[in-house]
Amino acid sequence: MIQTIDLSSVLRRSVCELYSNLVTRPTGVAVRTEIELLVSERSGVTLTMIDFTHVGLLDYSCADEVVAKLLLRATNGFFICRGLHEAHVDAIEAALSRYELALVVEAADGARCLLGPLAREERLAWEAIAKLGRADAHAVAGELALEPAYAGGLLETLASRRVVMRAGPHYLRFP
Amino acid sequence: MTQIISLPLSLDDASFEQVFQALSQSAPDDKVLLDARHTRWATPYGLTALLTVAQTRTTTPAFVPPEADETLSYWARTGFFSHAESLYDIRGPFPKLRPGGESHVLLEITEVTKSGDVHDVVERIKERAQKILAELNIDSSATMRFVVTLSEVCQNVVEHAGTSGWVAVQTYQWKKRLGRRVVQIAVSDGGLGFRRSLESLPGRQTPASGDRWDDGMALEEAVIQGVSRFRDRGRGQGLANTRNFLGKWSGKLSIRSGTARIAIVPSWDEDTPLCVGLPYFPGAQVLITIPERIAQ
Repeated sequence: MIQTIDLSSVLRRSVCELYSNLVTRPTGVAVRTEIELLVSERSGVTLTMIDFTHVGLLDYSCADEVVAKLLLRATNGFFICRGLHEAHVDAIEAALSRYELALVVEAADGARCLLGPLAREERLAWEAIAKLGRADAHAVAGELALEPAYAGGLLETLASRRVVMRAGPHYLRFP
Repeated sequence: MTQIISLPLSLDDASFEQVFQALSQSAPDDKVLLDARHTRWATPYGLTALLTVAQTRTTTPAFVPPEADETLSYWARTGFFSHAESLYDIRGPFPKLRPGGESHVLLEITEVTKSGDVHDVVERIKERAQKILAELNIDSSATMRFVVTLSEVCQNVVEHAGTSGWVAVQTYQWKKRLGRRVVQIAVSDGGLGFRRSLESLPGRQTPASGDRWDDGMALEEAVIQGVSRFRDRGRGQGLANTRNFLGKWSGKLSIRSGTARIAIVPSWDEDTPLCVGLPYFPGAQVLITIPERIAQ
């Protein structure tokens, strides 16, 4: 089950009732800590949707804490972000690039895509999993006309960056 | 004996060097009087730096306000006197206007001490920024990035200065210099400065004898290489991202700290990228200038 976290509610609860912008590093640390607490209350592997819809600004310091550091620290969890606008994406891309991280984001129409410094073939492999839902390296290799071993390497990269899930020989898109 | 420093007719980042030069001749506890009687114009840099000057003195300095009514009124509307009252011994009349009501002042002079102040600055400027940047033909999509830039430079004060600082944002006509309007962000503090901040990096190697290490090099490390006093890889990105934003909008960034000043110089300007050996002044004085976009 996906747990949805409304970031603006977390901001108001953990920092100040009056704030609507994710700016400054202390704010980012407080918000990330609250997200980590919410995620830790669930057992096992978690999938969390972080909703930016009601967040005004996101500065680089906050993107570093709320997105990059969250991904680096919550190693047992998977995350999707939604409700992003262009300026959010800028700050998040900068933070992801710093650590070579990747992130699944969901648009208003439900379509998902990847942010972060990924190679073209890694993106194509992710899109193949997104299309197939569940597939092993052979299926993805067939889809992309690649050698299975090579496709397997791409999928492992995606799994290690936690933008696909892994179940035995299969790789799964997020539900 | 009181040292009298006559402020220039126009008080901006270039002319303020005269003030820094004069101040460098005195000890921080010497009595100084800043005489602004003949000053007619001041940029956000000039006004925020004036407040910082008072903070760096251990003896309350004296200040003589401008004589011109228009200048006095404008300085009052920027909020200058409401802050200067508590920092200077003001010798002469000045209007008791409340800050605000000035259409070209995007953000009145605001003190920045803690993270919450940055939130307040961002909240206050967001709506006005949209309108005024549109007047400069700057894409509405850039408004958010402009405010993020403001947030990042204000955070430098909170995280690195070790003291409070001042921020002001204003638009005005740069007829002589550029022939168009500009928006300027000025952030000034009298705190640690870039060199001392970087020196506090845990485990930082002291440069070998003879190796260059000065305010200029500290500015190069922080602004060009993105070095921060924190070991964390995510740190030191604020200024790098500010540079990226300014690059897209032909903006200029200049930072003075200690005895040096670094500038990221766009094609419309002829400033020197790095000046060293300037008169010492503590802290950091940041100036961002974004010109009006001219339709191609």
